[in-house]
Amino acid sequence: MSKRRSLTEAQCVSLAQKLLRERLCHQKLPDRPLALDSQYKHLLELLRRTAVHGESNSVLIVGPRGSGKTMLLGCVLRELMSLKEAQKNVLLVELNGLLQTDDKIALKEITRQLHLENVVGDKVFGSFAENLAFLLEALKKGDKSSSRPVVFVLDEFDLFAHHKNQTLLYNLLDVSQSAQTPVAVLGLTCRLDVLELLEKRVKSRFSHRQIHLFSSLSFAQYVDAVRAQLSLPPDFPDPKFSDAWNHSVTVHTQHTSRSVFTNKSYTQSLFLTSFSVRVSVSHSTLHEADLLEASRLISADSKAIILHGLSILELCLIIAMKHLNDTYDGEPFNFQMVHNEFKKFIQRKSHSIHKFEKPVVMKAFEHLLQLELVRPVDSGVCKVQREYQLMRLMLEHGQVMEALQRYPQCPTDVKQWALSAFA
Amino acid sequence: MFSSSSLPIQPLCIRIIQPSNLIKRMSVTLQCPGYPEDTLRSLAERLPCRETQLATLLALMGQPDQYSYPSVFIYGHRATGKSHVVLSIMKDLELPHASVDCVECVSSGLLFHQVLSAFFGPDAAALLPRCPSLSDFVRLYKQMSSNSPATQTRYIILDRAERMRDMDFSLLPALLRLQELVNDNVTVILLSEIVWEKFRPNTGCFEPLLFHFPDYSKAELVQILSWDHHPSYTPELYASYINILLGVFFSVCRDLRELRHLAVLNFSKFCEPLEKGEAKESDIHKLWKNIEPHLQRAMQTVYLREVSSVQWEQQQMDEKEATTLRVLSAHAHIELPYYSKFLLIAAYLASFNPARTDRRFFLKSHGKIRKTNFLKKHEKTSNHLLGPKPFPLDRLMAIFYSVVDSRVAPTASVFSQISSLVTLQLLSQVGHDDQLDSPKYKCSVSLDFILAISRCVCVCVRLLDLLALSLVIQSQVVRQERSLFTAVSNLHLL
Repeated sequence: MSKRRSLTEAQCVSLAQKLLRERLCHQKLPDRPLALDSQYKHLLELLRRTAVHGESNSVLIVGPRGSGKTMLLGCVLRELMSLKEAQKNVLLVELNGLLQTDDKIALKEITRQLHLENVVGDKVFGSFAENLAFLLEALKKGDKSSSRPVVFVLDEFDLFAHHKNQTLLYNLLDVSQSAQTPVAVLGLTCRLDVLELLEKRVKSRFSHRQIHLFSSLSFAQYVDAVRAQLSLPPDFPDPKFSDAWNHSVTVHTQHTSRSVFTNKSYTQSLFLTSFSVRVSVSHSTLHEADLLEASRLISADSKAIILHGLSILELCLIIAMKHLNDTYDGEPFNFQMVHNEFKKFIQRKSHSIHKFEKPVVMKAFEHLLQLELVRPVDSGVCKVQREYQLMRLMLEHGQVMEALQRYPQCPTDVKQWALSAFA
Repeated sequence: MFSSSSLPIQPLCIRIIQPSNLIKRMSVTLQCPGYPEDTLRSLAERLPCRETQLATLLALMGQPDQYSYPSVFIYGHRATGKSHVVLSIMKDLELPHASVDCVECVSSGLLFHQVLSAFFGPDAAALLPRCPSLSDFVRLYKQMSSNSPATQTRYIILDRAERMRDMDFSLLPALLRLQELVNDNVTVILLSEIVWEKFRPNTGCFEPLLFHFPDYSKAELVQILSWDHHPSYTPELYASYINILLGVFFSVCRDLRELRHLAVLNFSKFCEPLEKGEAKESDIHKLWKNIEPHLQRAMQTVYLREVSSVQWEQQQMDEKEATTLRVLSAHAHIELPYYSKFLLIAAYLASFNPARTDRRFFLKSHGKIRKTNFLKKHEKTSNHLLGPKPFPLDRLMAIFYSVVDSRVAPTASVFSQISSLVTLQLLSQVGHDDQLDSPKYKCSVSLDFILAISRCVCVCVRLLDLLALSLVIQSQVVRQERSLFTAVSNLHLL
């Protein structure tokens, strides 16, 4: 439009970055979660019944990490709060298993969020027993017609099952089963076997309603979803820029091979890396090389990178350990044995590595210990002398050989030693 | 410059070399909108060989008011510049940050306190209760950030993050998704030398963005170490000195801090021939011949921290001939009473020779010698490699009496020397303390130490042969049992 001020290229890029970062990093809620329609309807219906009709419910949302549980719940709650009856009445209590690691802390948090009478400002008065009694009293007094429905959201539900006696879970589910204040208990968890963790009395009070979030997208649908995530919205101020961007996204996501999208949790970081690192004023559309470069950065083997930075002496020690593993079939070894192997190599086969004193070799070995490439078999027992403590190598044969190939300026006799079958 | 090193280094005059092509390269790669150009340029100059990482980090961070990924995990070897680069970025660009070293945080409350006081001032940190839980921290953070919302991304930098695995199990997963929990524009940066796979909790967590700092190559190390050259000598001389140093130490150690420490300590010795007028700056070979044995000695003492750097410098000033240094470990100069030395030698023999062979070695006459393999197959490899075996007190005394050349009465003074050897940790007691009638011990010293002791004591040839024999057995050079038999009979013990 001629009335709109045309933005410079730099401003376009920065605005695009801002939008995409909010979407990918800050995880802004989409308008409608993709491919989760049935679960969305189910959950919304349940919550509506609690909020509007006063029915108590309990449900568990189960799905692997990154499958959209929090996003689904966020969208459902957003829609629920837009209903007029729910907006005025419903009380929301959000708990997280990582933060509320104890029933006492959880109870204080509930009391605080419900603004009960024993909260002044921020401080909750009374002992755990008193708080619990007070809360249950408050919840018991109500009934369907006269009290406000409460929605309890328990994030990381499996961690609540590890509390002592599962008191909190028992009480919440108990309230949801008896004809008291209408209560909805929503648990979100990534463990599929979460019901095994519950005690018998808790499990019997649970309604065994589970919503599973397993991604049922085909690869084509997945690529569509990715494209939708990366595209700029239609109300972007500079339509030419957004068209060019969307076009490049469409073209390149279609042609990029499956291997780039191997893991769902990689995808977010993949795109972030590609567009934030590579895209700039001079390079303002997405190219296939960006995606490939980003996927290479993300899927690098970190242990191989660490092996690349070791000194020659440390590398020789690792090869000695590999030989010990091969000879003795994976049995644990100690520093004396490794030093013995290394000495045999120095005496018989080496030209470039000269003899090092035992304390110098010990220091190199301790460096490997600190990097956790070698770990003691029974950690913590210090009754044995350091040189004789049994250890295991935390690397595989293939990793060591690959690291050797990539090692800068590796002496040939070291390589030969590594490749020889009989040390 | 390398502010994290706290080693005692003589004050150096640091002259920053500014090659012009470096600046040209910088202005091409670092185009980060939102940050002032000249600050970025000066920042790049102070971080040699880390330009790519700097550019990538700045691109990941984006403009100050934009959201950044909730958590970033940076890993790499020690002294590769991780903390230095991240903290320099924060300080120069004046971004709101809280830098916490996880080694200092013995409890998570200390971490919370430091973060809150860095972002919201000490009054906010004072609001934390006595033993704050993670729930208190998040609640307080939410409260404070609603009062003063973030206009720029706030960064929490956790150095040596591998210590967080030993703290509360929920601390690491919660901090990785802190942005979501407090609903604020905050990013957590974790720095560690251990790879991410060893951090991941059992049931998974929010995966941070992984980013690695590669190690320095030899050329890069030369470039960085040449930055702090002495003003009274040319940079080329210093560069050749660094090359010599790396020639000795590079195959052992690639840690920048260690190499820098060694370079500083030994430079005066390197320049000695120049000062005395014996060589010119171009006589590299002569200078090399002068410094190389010195560096080899440094590898065995200063590098291993057997000698402190002050002692090393004093040594250089005092000595004119190569005298042996007084080292920390007890190898050279421990003083033990006469019988204690024999007790220790007897303990070593008891630990490393199997009990069945005692009769053969230590009895003056033991009758018929059976021609059997007196070392079982599994013992041939395991004697020296698996470590010392425990032995009862009686066996120790029996070997002691046969080893000592004079007649010794079993008085309390002899037995009390065993207890003092245990206190000195040259012997260690195995088993329960309350086993008073037959305590078991184990020898905790190495063969080198025993040889050093037995040389101090004017031990007769017989004892040295005993030790040599136990060495012979242990080094698996035994070819035939017959030749061993003849060797034993030659010892005049039979």
